[in-house]
Amino acid sequence: MNGPAFSADLVSNASEPVGNRIDCDVHVVLPDINLLLPYLEPYWRDYVVVRGVRNLDLTAYPDTTPLAARDDWRNISGRGGANLELTRKHVFEDLGGGTAILNCVWGAQALHHPHLAAALCGAVNDWLAEEWLDKDTRLKASIVVPWQHAAHSVAEIEKRSADKRFVQVLLPGLLEQPLGFEHYWPIYEAAQRHGLPIGVHAGTAYRHAPTSLGYPSHYLEDYIAMAWGMQNQLMSLVCDGIFAKFPDLKVVMIESGWTWLPSFLWRANKIWRAMRMEVPWVNRAPAEIVRENVRFTLQPIDAPPSQQQLDRTIEQIGSDRVLLYSSDYPHHHFDANDVLPGGLSPKFLQRLLSENALETYPRLQGGRA
Amino acid sequence: MSATTERPKPAAATRLKIVDCDIHPVPRKPEDLLQYLPERWREHHRVYGSHFRAPFREASPWPRAAPAIARRDAWPPDGSPAGSVLPFMREQHLDLHDIEFGILQVLAMATGSQRNLEYGAALATALNQWQLDYWCTPEPRLKGSIVIASEHVEAAVAEIEKWAGHPAFAQVFMTPRLSEPMGRRRFWPIYEAAERHGLPIGVHGGGYGGHSVTGGGWPRYYVEEHPSTAQSAQALISSLVFEGVVERYPGSRFIIVESGFAWVPSMTWRMDKHWQRLKSEVPHIKRPPSEQVRRHFWFTTQPVDEPENIADMSEIFDWIGWDRILYSSDYPHWDFDDPRSAFPFRMTPEQRSMLFRDNAISLFGLS
Amino acid sequence: MARHIVATVAEIPPGSNKVVSVKGRDIAVFNVNGTYYAMLNKCPHMGARLCHGAIVGLVEGSQPGEFAYTRSGEILRCPWHGWEFDMRTGQSRVDPAGIWVKQYPACVEKGSAIVEGPYKAETFPVHVEEEYVVLDA
Repeated sequence: MNGPAFSADLVSNASEPVGNRIDCDVHVVLPDINLLLPYLEPYWRDYVVVRGVRNLDLTAYPDTTPLAARDDWRNISGRGGANLELTRKHVFEDLGGGTAILNCVWGAQALHHPHLAAALCGAVNDWLAEEWLDKDTRLKASIVVPWQHAAHSVAEIEKRSADKRFVQVLLPGLLEQPLGFEHYWPIYEAAQRHGLPIGVHAGTAYRHAPTSLGYPSHYLEDYIAMAWGMQNQLMSLVCDGIFAKFPDLKVVMIESGWTWLPSFLWRANKIWRAMRMEVPWVNRAPAEIVRENVRFTLQPIDAPPSQQQLDRTIEQIGSDRVLLYSSDYPHHHFDANDVLPGGLSPKFLQRLLSENALETYPRLQGGRA
Repeated sequence: MSATTERPKPAAATRLKIVDCDIHPVPRKPEDLLQYLPERWREHHRVYGSHFRAPFREASPWPRAAPAIARRDAWPPDGSPAGSVLPFMREQHLDLHDIEFGILQVLAMATGSQRNLEYGAALATALNQWQLDYWCTPEPRLKGSIVIASEHVEAAVAEIEKWAGHPAFAQVFMTPRLSEPMGRRRFWPIYEAAERHGLPIGVHGGGYGGHSVTGGGWPRYYVEEHPSTAQSAQALISSLVFEGVVERYPGSRFIIVESGFAWVPSMTWRMDKHWQRLKSEVPHIKRPPSEQVRRHFWFTTQPVDEPENIADMSEIFDWIGWDRILYSSDYPHWDFDDPRSAFPFRMTPEQRSMLFRDNAISLFGLS
Repeated sequence: MARHIVATVAEIPPGSNKVVSVKGRDIAVFNVNGTYYAMLNKCPHMGARLCHGAIVGLVEGSQPGEFAYTRSGEILRCPWHGWEFDMRTGQSRVDPAGIWVKQYPACVEKGSAIVEGPYKAETFPVHVEEEYVVLDA
């Protein structure tokens, strides 16, 4: 990609049909682990009860912070994302969503015990299907997989694949090994085979300090650091040849931010030009690989102070195919219903709100099972 | 916006004098440095040597792009290490590029990363004396950086006190990959001392703090590790801002060295946005992060970012602030930026002057 | 173009090069496995003298972990930033719009200009006449 081959045609006269939006990141919170007991095998049910496995609330997502949920989106217990009725109202009625992809970012994906993690992930997916997907045909979901154990993850993918309402495989953003490593390849292979993108969601299992400098003192610093972690993961996926090995695989960076993307692409291209010999399977510029195979959900928009800078950033991204509309409900990133940035042309909006998602998630239209 | 990446010829004949904010000198032979160590540490060095949170005593676990990280043409004819021979450095860089001042950044011995803190402190003292005797005194254009053993805060402060005010030293030198983020309270006495003496702190990418190079584990390839200084630099700035170092030491000045710069605007946008939401966690932060960055941080340009549309670099500088950017070459390393060709886009004379000289003259108090 | 006698054949054995100045431009003449190639001694990226570059082979791989190494001695890596140039053609291996790229990504808008960019080292015809290496420049 040389020069501004892409022009975002950013003109602020947009108005788009409500109800056409595909919201690619809506959080579901499991209010209580006891809700999973009916879905667990007896051994695991007893394990959870007798051992007192409870409260797997994530360090990465404490639910009482101002970011975790907007006040007007919390239920009477003060939780956000835990009620189907509220989610429907806010995501579909208020924000104009027509379809939503549910991401249950939950503690099973941070446990060390791979078999316990697998049992709990299976139960969460069962619970999602029965308590959410069965109750509203507009709802889709990501398959929560026990990444700690690749074979178990593959088994879970195979089990869910027949249910077309599961449209993605969900991984936390920062794990034990960078995402390009062979450990994950069976997961990618199964996902590719079933037309399931890999959703890499901001967050960390804290197997490592969230930054290369160690552990910051504050949640705010950890949260901000997720963007840099995602940048490193992108580099791993490209440099380890994931898109050479799995050419039909799509990866969606969820809640990662994206205004950093141009600077990342430039730097990736620069080091590739110097060191292509080290990774010869990266046979074209990393920016091309990312534009073709990676997507980014809209919220949070780490927006510049001026519309002009935002327009320029979108132009520098160089493609109208990489952004996917999302609210990141119920996280508090915007007020009222101001989920969209200003200044987008009708064509760009159409891609953002639904076309890109339809291309990225073939199963939304009853694609490959 | 032009549809081509025409590379305009660099501005011609105004032979602007240049301040190079990142030059890496290297001891020509081990004895050049070791002579400054007390006998107790000479012996320790001989028998035990470097002890890092890393598998190798000298090499990086990601092989570098070239021997000694150097440009292939930077090896002096007598076979000495690249960057170790002053006359050759003059010929190949200082004189050739009209360098008015160069800021030395001493990576040798990685004092910030040495696990044996007293050994690290002894090395720092030796390296500072070595800079003075071998570089700054014979070549007044070169300014030293006060090397410190960052993890040994008491010794680091003493080393700063020792050299502060010496005209040959322009800044304090640190690397950010330590055992904990640099903004944490343990390191505050270093910032207090630097602020008191009006010394900027140059934080050069690198170090072995023991934490994996990404929040998701250890990358495999040099292709990944080389640009990861950008993510480390962002974590550094976040730490210095949100731990309150900048608020607490309002005279503090930090230079982000050899970590790129194109990421600066989007970093400040992200920091501002989420600080707005989570302010209550950090009530000691009064000013928006972007404002703190705008006032307290500078950025050396090497390795220069190369947008797909070269003219975009000018816009990035607009967004960062033309008063924030400092030309650097990284001589003699392979990813060296030639001042004549690293910025192939149109600049006003004032912008050119700020980038190549004026910002550095002002920041370091050079004359 | 004029003919310039650069050197005797013996002066530039395989794997070596000699730099000559022609009309104010430095041209590096390389002996690549017995054949001579001439290149402007200036990397199109930032101007490094290519005569100092490492001479390597061409590594390719379609899958992670594959290193198919051919054409030993025919690829020049710039002594600074390591860009790889095919010494026969001067073409860089890292040209984003290079002909060996399998496909152009669908996301790029149609009608985009494929830009020349700084990805080609300028080459010159060079041949051997008896014991002399002769350059046309």
